[in-house]
Amino acid sequence: MMPELGKYAFAVLSSYAASFALLAAVVALSWWQGARVRRALREVEDRQGKSDG
Amino acid sequence: MSIWEYANPKKFMQTSAMVLPAIAGLAVVSLVAGLIWGFFFTPDDFRQGSTVKIIYLHVPSAMMAINAWVMMLVTSLIWLVRRHHVSVLAAKAAAPVGLTFTLIALITGALWGQPMWGTWWAWDPRLTSFLILTLFYFGYMALWAAVEDPDTAADLTSVLCLVGSVFALLSRYAVNFWNQGLHQGASLSLDKEENVADVFWVPLLVCIAGFVLAFVALVLIRTRTEIRLRRLMALLARERMA
Repeated sequence: MMPELGKYAFAVLSSYAASFALLAAVVALSWWQGARVRRALREVEDRQGKSDG
Repeated sequence: MSIWEYANPKKFMQTSAMVLPAIAGLAVVSLVAGLIWGFFFTPDDFRQGSTVKIIYLHVPSAMMAINAWVMMLVTSLIWLVRRHHVSVLAAKAAAPVGLTFTLIALITGALWGQPMWGTWWAWDPRLTSFLILTLFYFGYMALWAAVEDPDTAADLTSVLCLVGSVFALLSRYAVNFWNQGLHQGASLSLDKEENVADVFWVPLLVCIAGFVLAFVALVLIRTRTEIRLRRLMALLARERMA
């Protein structure tokens, strides 16, 4: 199933690995920051008895 | 209905919550389909060999690195002219995503360049302007982090974004302006003669669609976070004053 990459295997596989790593990092960071802020906002809104709908 | 309705944070949150699952789902499907198609089911190029498979990452990420800055330019201008907070928060949200695409383009370009050009890097007009654009991304994010007052930060980063736009445009058109350097012209063109062969072109279009949708989904997620953060800061400030 794996295509024959020949002498360029390092270049091709490294490109895919680096790209996936960077994409995964920005997705994870965005998700984590979103969850952290949502949780903090909910705590403050609960304390003050407000909601953003 | 006017587009300016989305300058209302509540309206933006409601609409983005509705469209986000569909955009994120389409992004995952088109990215997975395009990359699997390109990696496993396309032949080697007669000159580039298997390194042609890097095109499915390099071209979409380079396109989106430049387009992300253009989107930031438009939203920054809206902030400077109309003072809509959601607009400048979208620009702030887009910067780390644009930077990620810029780094992907630089890394994949270097990995492709080494076997094809015999060098990881060349001070070619397009590469150099792209590197400067990368530095502008870092500078833009650093400026947001460095200035405490959010409206002052928005003003300063918007002006920085205007200046950086010169390098975004140069990254796109440097090959045409100077007609020199190692980097070739556009891989995609409305002129079919200039395009890459169809066997590479169709999966490349699917990958480009995937990168565009991934960018939109990530910017929506991050803008929603920025709006919530603004509200959190306002509530905490009110609490401190009470």
